[in-house]
Amino acid sequence: MSGVRVLVGTRKGGFVLTSDGKRQRWDVSGPHFAGWEIYHIKGSPADPNRLYASQSSGWFGQVIQRSNDAGKTWEPVGNKFAYDGVPGTHQWYDGTPHPWEFKRVWHLEPSLTDPDAVYAGVEDAALFHTTDGGQNWRELAGLRGHGSGPHWAPGAGGMCLHTILLDPSDPKRMFIAISAAGAFRSDDAGKSWRPINRGLKSAQIPDPTAEVGHCVHRIAMHRSRPKVLFMQKHWDVMRSDDAGESWTEVSGNLPTDFGFPIDVHAHEPETIYVVPIKSDSEHFVPDGKLRVYRSRTGGNEWEPLTQGLPQSNCYVNVLRDAMAVDALDPCGVYFGTTGGQVYASADAGDSWSAAVRDLPAVLSVEVQTLP
Amino acid sequence: MIRVELPVHLRTLAQVDREVELDVRGPATAGAVLDALEARYPMLRGTIRDHVTQQRRAFVRYFACGRDLSHTPVDAPLPDAVTRGAEPFLVVGAMAGG
Repeated sequence: MSGVRVLVGTRKGGFVLTSDGKRQRWDVSGPHFAGWEIYHIKGSPADPNRLYASQSSGWFGQVIQRSNDAGKTWEPVGNKFAYDGVPGTHQWYDGTPHPWEFKRVWHLEPSLTDPDAVYAGVEDAALFHTTDGGQNWRELAGLRGHGSGPHWAPGAGGMCLHTILLDPSDPKRMFIAISAAGAFRSDDAGKSWRPINRGLKSAQIPDPTAEVGHCVHRIAMHRSRPKVLFMQKHWDVMRSDDAGESWTEVSGNLPTDFGFPIDVHAHEPETIYVVPIKSDSEHFVPDGKLRVYRSRTGGNEWEPLTQGLPQSNCYVNVLRDAMAVDALDPCGVYFGTTGGQVYASADAGDSWSAAVRDLPAVLSVEVQTLP
Repeated sequence: MIRVELPVHLRTLAQVDREVELDVRGPATAGAVLDALEARYPMLRGTIRDHVTQQRRAFVRYFACGRDLSHTPVDAPLPDAVTRGAEPFLVVGAMAGG
């Protein structure tokens, strides 16, 4: 029987959850790298035993770990993330120029075809690439250098490149998102970039429709329709049908359109999931109720999914990289909370149960579907 | 032989015990000790000193013989007791909660 492996990054270590295709009983291993912040763990689509983990610490900086045996053993690989050339400046919180300074890796995106090739999204925002399994990292400097970089500014969580989407139909096209700069697209394998933020409106910046400066929290796509993108912005849930050339709001009847993650059903490209959060100043779910909202119409019409989720006295958040879907049928949906629970649904969100409770605050959740 | 004591997270990363012993060529300075440490355990590069600037990370300290050497120039000689191996050179994670 097929199964799933859920890779969980937390504030104090990494965990690997495994289950068979029923996705009812879970084996939990970890903590891996105990005491370190594990921002992200992700497996290679080309070799599911090859995992990469971003391990960081306020004391000891950044480490990248690699596993060749599905997380049973790990080895540290290269951790030198040096900006290309003179790093230059971006805007600081007070509007003054501030030099780019590497802080940590937020997101690791392995190549769709090569287990040794990985993209890394880092803070301060930049995109790095390795082609030797993580031993050496090189900046794709066209992103910071395309012109708008000096106008980027950190959000409250830091100026992070947190989303990397690879177009499965075009190996030269990729999308990234930065808080608080916006979404960007490359059509030449990362050499050159341009902002794709037309249609976004952000009241928190001086020009609400500026080309850059938007606090994009997450973007997602379905593999079968890589020109259709969904976005959870600081406020607003957005949709693009033209690879980011233009965006329209699809928040519809959501109780609040603030939130962090957004994801797409594995088999239904118009079915999407978000977790509404009360506001930008109250980072917890509204009314003490943990509700995932699902739209089967690509946005605008949303239904709350509550079965098995706490519906009173719940005040957790779900961070931007902490939701994922598997490829089984029915589609499994997973998310982790800042309260340390990882919830799993084996029926596309209709019902939920905790795969594990009481972990450290969850930073990221990824899932691998196993043969 | 110079003894270096590492904080627990770096011991785990390098898969070593509390202390490691290093053969340091030339004058025994903090910089030379760290060069030797990173040469023997490359996974420690970037965790004590910044990869690019080679500056001590903000929340790492160097102690020896009851003294804080964190602000001493890295090319200054270490205390005799450290160079003789009588006392360890300590790499310490600064106190912090959470």
